[in-house]
This record gives sequence, structure tokens and C-alpha cells, in this order.
Amino acid sequence: MITLTMNGLPVTVEEGSTLLEAARFFGFPIPTLCHLEGLTPYGACRLCLVEVGRGDKAKLVTACTYPAADGLVVRTGSSRVIRARKMILELLLASCPQSKVIQDLAAAYEVRQQRFRQEYEDCILCGLCVRMCEEQMRAKAIGFRGRGERRSVGTPFDAPSPACRLCGGCMYVCPACQLRCTYHEPEKAICGSCANLSPPCLEKREFDDLMCFMAPCVACEIRKG
Amino acid sequence: MERLESSEQFKALQKRIIADRDPQIPMVVIPAGTCGQASGANDLIRIAKREILAHELVTKIQLRVTGCHGFCQAEPSVLIEPEGTFYPRLGIKQMTQIVEAVSEGRVVEQLLWRDPKTHKRVQREADIPFFRNQRRTILARNEKVDPIRIYDYIEHGGYAALVKVLEQGNRRWVVEETKASGLRGRGGAGFPTGLKWELLAKARDGGGKFLVSNADEGDPGAYMDRSVLEGNPQSIIEGMLIGAYGTGATAGIIYVRTEYPLAIKHLVIALQQARALGLLGENILGTGFSFDIQIVKGAGAFVCGEETALIRSVEGERGEPRQRPPYPVEQGIYGKPTAINNVETWANIPVIISQGAAEFARIGSPHNTGTKIFSLVGKVKNTGLVEVPMGATIGEIVHGVGGGPAGRAEIKAVQTGGPSGGCLPAAMFDLPIDYESLSAAGSIMGSGGMIVMDENTCMVDVAKYFMKFLKDESCGKCFTCRKGTQRMWEILDDITAGKGTLEQLDLLEELAQVVKDTSMCGLGQTAANPILSTLRYFRDEYVTHIERKFCPATVCRDLFAYRVIAEKCTGCTLCIRVCPTGAITGTKKEVHNLDQSKCIKCRACFEVCNFDAIAGDAIIAVPPGRTSMERNP
Ligand SMILES: Cc1cc2nc3c(=O)[nH]c(=O)nc-3n(C[C@H](O)[C@H](O)[C@H](O)COP(=O)(O)O)c2cc1C
Ligand code: SF4
Ligand code: SF4
Ligand code: FES
Repeated sequence: MITLTMNGLPVTVEEGSTLLEAARFFGFPIPTLCHLEGLTPYGACRLCLVEVGRGDKAKLVTACTYPAADGLVVRTGSSRVIRARKMILELLLASCPQSKVIQDLAAAYEVRQQRFRQEYEDCILCGLCVRMCEEQMRAKAIGFRGRGERRSVGTPFDAPSPACRLCGGCMYVCPACQLRCTYHEPEKAICGSCANLSPPCLEKREFDDLMCFMAPCVACEIRKG
Repeated sequence: MERLESSEQFKALQKRIIADRDPQIPMVVIPAGTCGQASGANDLIRIAKREILAHELVTKIQLRVTGCHGFCQAEPSVLIEPEGTFYPRLGIKQMTQIVEAVSEGRVVEQLLWRDPKTHKRVQREADIPFFRNQRRTILARNEKVDPIRIYDYIEHGGYAALVKVLEQGNRRWVVEETKASGLRGRGGAGFPTGLKWELLAKARDGGGKFLVSNADEGDPGAYMDRSVLEGNPQSIIEGMLIGAYGTGATAGIIYVRTEYPLAIKHLVIALQQARALGLLGENILGTGFSFDIQIVKGAGAFVCGEETALIRSVEGERGEPRQRPPYPVEQGIYGKPTAINNVETWANIPVIISQGAAEFARIGSPHNTGTKIFSLVGKVKNTGLVEVPMGATIGEIVHGVGGGPAGRAEIKAVQTGGPSGGCLPAAMFDLPIDYESLSAAGSIMGSGGMIVMDENTCMVDVAKYFMKFLKDESCGKCFTCRKGTQRMWEILDDITAGKGTLEQLDLLEELAQVVKDTSMCGLGQTAANPILSTLRYFRDEYVTHIERKFCPATVCRDLFAYRVIAEKCTGCTLCIRVCPTGAITGTKKEVHNLDQSKCIKCRACFEVCNFDAIAGDAIIAVPPGRTSMERNP
């Protein structure tokens, strides 16, 4: 067992726990976006920041990936954490304002302004879909490509992947997709990755009993219309 | 090449090599690293060979092709041993002359380097200020060895350090000695190398440990590691062997970018030769110690220089950093304990062992021992690789070695530490170059890039340039690093286009701080440095760009216009002749007229008007759309 200090409280957790697990176990709320139980922590969205260490050595780390260690001093809601988190939410709003998940988080942290040039991106590259596909669905059909500004999610060379079983798991976990698929401009409705995968609903013709988890879904609308 | 079975055999070989060479026979040394070859060294080699053969000078003149000596400004150059005569910037014809002169024991006076200040010719390399003001522990060895001949390396003391270590037979001593030398990693972070090795030596052993030489070198404009690899690959191999002996590592990897074909070629040859001599591989020198090194080629992503991304890349995965802890010494390549060191760090190891730690630690300052190589580029007279003791001041490098400004404009700042370093103003040139001082001043040591900037450099534009590099090279995993660098670039782009606001400037600063605070690896954590440091020292330039829509350095094209001051124009027509678009009209002795709509801001008229004697300094840069004639509007 490992003993550390969290928000001034000595807490004991199992070896191998992350700071996020420790915090959640003891009831300290930490927002997350790219974390999902059952998938390997990735540390992409940086929302789950906490401050560790003291004085000059204090730094911000992502709770979802940082291992709990003996004697660690952790603050989950310091002003430094909140300031950074608000900026992250502002950046998220600036890029992906349609996402309900992001809107709710921004509201919870009272982010009321967005000072960057407005964009409407349909992916925050959180990597949930990639991990879902690889780790839970065992398909590894999609992955990251490119780096920096050109980083994106998709299949190799954008060709339909033979490994994809059209399970829809990727869309199910996506914090940005759900809204993407009810986007008000039908031709933009389907995101890059689901287009590659052909979402299950597109096959409804053949499989009448197929369950669609998206309601309302513009993909269906397009087909109807 | 016969395999050596013991250290006695090695020493006998070394003796034989030294005895075989007559140091009195003149040696023509031609540096032909990538830089030398690009500027024509291969032609010089061809001519030198032809002349030597044609005039039957084979017994009278020796020829040695080496890696880069560092004075890139003077390439292609030739060095004549034993006198150390130096000839810069040669052509094919001059090479013929030189071979002839060498065979007759003469010096070709008119081809020697000329001091731009005193206009005197200087014969010996060691007397040229560029070399005189350096301390070239690592680089000087590049002059002595042909990188594809292991015998050259052995002749000049190569592998003696390894033999010393093997004869001592004390693993702990190697680590202790490295610790005592105070050597800190040259890859950027400055972590004490001995300490890293101690951790590796202590790490659990089961299934092996790795040693890595990090030769990714992704900083634009930095090429220290490349020249060491190209010029003296055996020193890296020897360093790694010593490290392996001290830490108990079982396998070595040199991670080098594919963009370094010559370095890779020389490394491959060097590894083959070391293996053939029994200095690498199984049962080295009959001592039972085994260690081999393998080359892994990277595809040239900046972020793959970061150690955890490098590990992924070696494993064949995407080069993406991961959370530390666990550190590579705990969990590295394939989960095995791994110590990663920079090329230059490795090159220092044989020096430490040969000289002794105490001797090594005498150079530099107390917590920053030894020498460091910088690649000095930009607006200085002498560009090239310079090696100075740690703790030398920026001014000593820029003025002492670099020879001061390249043109008429004054030096304004230097940028250290590669793309994510910072810009330090000329007022701070007394700052000693060591890890702590640089980071307190808002910059970093990085791997040793040093870009000199003068009055014609716009600091906002500089920050924008580096931000462009970083937004393209961020691996993109951390949202704040990926989007943050994009947004910072976007704001800088607005400012350089005259669309920026003071609120945006505050936002930029706020964002920069958050990116620094919240990114996972060194790239993101330092990505804001170019902005934060220029804001700290050159904030007025930002404000001028925003409030007056003016770029005083006349770099941002949307933010200035050239005008002719009527009272000053002498009507010399010089500007009319240089203008490529015919924007300037007028007749002799009459005031000229500059048509803004045709002007492409190429600066040609400004140059002739302000620096030619008959012109009247009449053309000035003003904020666009202004008709004012003041010089400092
Ligand atoms: C973005 C980034 C790029 C890096 N690039 C290099 C590099 O090209 N070469 C290098 O030796 N170290 C590089 N480093 C530093 C390495 O992570 C590591 O600290 C270093 O190789 C350790 O060796 P040292 O202790 O000898 O300095 C880089 C670090 C970061 C964050
Ligand atoms: S598509 Fe959705 S789940 Fe996948 S990386 Fe983008 S935002 Fe995350
Ligand atoms: S800080 Fe930037 S480069 Fe480093 S892991 Fe995060 S996104 Fe990648
Ligand atoms: S939840 Fe930890 S970084 Fe996204």
C-alpha cells in the first residue's frame, strides 16, 4: 500500500493506482475527457490536471496517467490547476463548440468567454476511439496518423479497413461525434472516422433489426431524404 | 585486420601504428563532412590526389580526409600538418598551387586567411581568432582522424581509455569516475551522466539492459552531433563500451536520423572495423566482456529525440512520448532498463577516463564541467561549430569566436537552445552559458544551437518562425501542446499582419504559460519559451506591431512601407537602377518618386540609399499608409 497526501489529507491506496483512481476513490472530483474505465490511460486531453510537489518543484501532471507514489503531495483543485483547466476548456470550446460534453464541462467551470478564432472541428484527438477499437474490440482498425497540426484519426491510407467489424464502438465512446452526427449541415454530418468505417446505420437496409444508439442521427436522415 | 586477443596485443598494435608514421612528412588534411562536401571538398580531394600521383609525391605528401573541423564559414578549407597552416575557401586551381607549395615546403601567402579587422594574413590555424578563442577538446580530434580508418583513431590515443578500464577491471570505478567528473548530459536537460549510470547499474537485471546514443538531433540549424558522428564515430563507440562496462548494459543502440547518410555510413564502417579488431562484440580483448552496438534509423521527427518517444520509435511504434515516471532507467526499450545519452555526452567519456575525472572537472565552472559544442549561426562573421568551456559568456562566443556582427547592423539578441529555446538580448551577453543561468534567463541550453540576430531581425517574426516549427513537430497527443502551439502561432500571425490587439497579447501570454504548465514532455513544456522570452525582453516590438502597425526591423511585409524624403534625395538614380519592379521614377538631380502600388519591399533601394556615399539616406521605412517624413515616425 502507498500513502500520499491529497488536498492535505493522508490517503492510502493500492500499489499501481493512478492519482485519478486515488482521487475518485476518496471522492475528490476531477474532470476527464480522454479517460474511460476499461481503456488504458492516455493523457491526451490534459483536463485531469493536478498539482504535485511543493514550492519550486511543484508541477502539473495528468492524474489519469501519473502513478501514485509514497509521500507524494497532491492538490486537485489549486488555483494553478483551475487556471490551466479553464484555459483548456476555452481552447476546447474554440475548436469544438458543438460537443455537448465540452459544453457541459465549460459550464461547470464557468468558462464564459472564448477569445480565439472560432473553429468547428469534429475531433479533439482524445484517442478514446482508437483505444476502444484496439483494446476492447480487438480490431485495431483505426489509429493516429501524422503529427502536429496534421494529426488525425482514421484507417491506414483512408481505405476501408478489413479489420473493422462495424461495431460502432468508436462512435459510442466519442465525446465529439454524438453531436457531429446531428450537425445542422447534413453534408458535414458524418465525421472523418465514421465515414471511413461506414456506421452501422448505413446497413440498416439489410439488417432491419440493427440497433442505432444515436437519436436523432443525421446519417439516417440523409438516407431517408 | 587481425582480431586482438588481449590488451598487450592492442598496445603492440598502437605502438606499431605510431612507429609506422613519420610525423615530419607533411600531411594535407581536407575536412569533408556533409558541410565540407556541400561546399566542394570532394573536388579538392580529387585534385589533391591527382596532383600527388601526377608529380610522384606519394612518399613526400600524405593526405587525410576527415570530418568537419568546425569553421563552416571557411569551407572548403585545407589544413597542412605539422605546421598547422590553414587555407580557407579554396577552389580547384588553388588546390593545385597548394600541393605544389607543400611539396616544396612553401606557404602560399595570398591564400592564407585574412583577418577582416587588421587585414593581416594569418598562417596557423591556431592563431586565427575563431580557433584561438575556443577550447576544442572534442572537435580537435576530428582533425586527427579519418573517420573510416580505425588505425587513425588508435594512433591518436583511441581505445586507450577502454583498455584502461578493462585493465582496472572495476565496474564501480567507471561510474564513480564519471560521477566525479561532473559531466552533465549534453542533450539538453543536463542530467548528471554518472548518476544516470549509477541508476542503470543498480536497476534490476533480468533479460538485459540497454544503452542508447541519441543522435536524433532535430533542432533546425544544429549539427554538433552530426559532425562528431561523421568525423569521429569511434569515439562514440568507445564511450558506449566504457559505459556498458560500468553499468553492465548488454546491448547498445545508436538512434540516428536517416537524414544523416554520411554519419550512418561512417558509423557502419566504424562498427565493422571495431568488431574486426575485437574491440566490439563477444569477449572484447579476451577479457570476457561482451557488448555490441546496433544502428536504428529514425525517420527524422523532432519529437523522436525525446527519450520516451525515442524508445517507442526503436520498438517500432509511433514516436510519441509517454508519462515519466517510470523513467527509462526503470522501464525503457521493451520494458528493460535503459540509459539514453546524447552523442556529445558519449564523446566526452573517453576523455574523462583518459585524463581522469579531476582533470576534466577543472575545465568549466563548478557545476558545469567540461566543454560544450555550439553551432553558431546567423548574423555573425564566423559561423560554424564552436567548442568552449562551460560557463563562457555569450559575448565571448559571439564576439570572441564569432567575430562580431556579419554586416553593418548591430547584434541585438541571440537565440539559444533550438526551437524551444529563448532569445536573450545583447545587454545580457555577460551571462555565463550554463544550464542554470540560461534557464533563469528564460532560455535553455538545449543541445547547443546558437542563432545570432541583428537589428534587421524582427523578434515577433522569430517567435512566429519557431512556433511554426513546433506546431508542425509536436507529436499532437497533448491537447494543450497541439492546439496551444497552433493558437499561439495564429495570434503571432495576426500580430505580424497588423491585425493583432493588445488583448490578444495578454491572451498570448496567458496561453503560453498554460502550454508550458500542462504539456507532458519537454517539447510542450518549452514550446512557449520563444514567446515568453521575446515578450520579456522585446515587448516593445510587439506593442509597436500592434499599436503602430509598424515593424521596425522591416521584416513583416504588411507593416512598413518605403518612402523617399524629398529634402534628402540627391537624385542620384541609384535606387531607380536597383528596383526590380520599376516602382521608382525620376530623373537625375530631381527628387525621385516611389510608387507604393508597385513596391514589393525587396529592400534593394533602401540598401543603396542608406549605405552608398553619393546617396542621401533619403529612403526610410515608415508604417504603411503614412505620409509623414519623420525618420522615427
Ligand atoms: C522535444 C525533444 C527533443 C529532443 N531531442 C534530442 C536530440 O535530438 N538529441 C538528444 O541527444 N537529446 C534530445 N532530447 C533530450 C532527450 O530527451 C534526453 O534528455 C537526452 O538524450 C539525454 O541524454 P543526455 O543526458 O546525455 O543529455 C530531446 C528532448 C525533447 C523534449
Ligand atoms: S473521433 Fe472522437 S473519440 Fe476518436 S479521437 Fe476524435 S474525439 Fe476522440
Ligand atoms: S507535450 Fe507535445 S510533443 Fe510532448 S507528448 Fe505532449 S503533444 Fe506530444
Ligand atoms: S483524462 Fe487525463 S489527460 Fe485526459
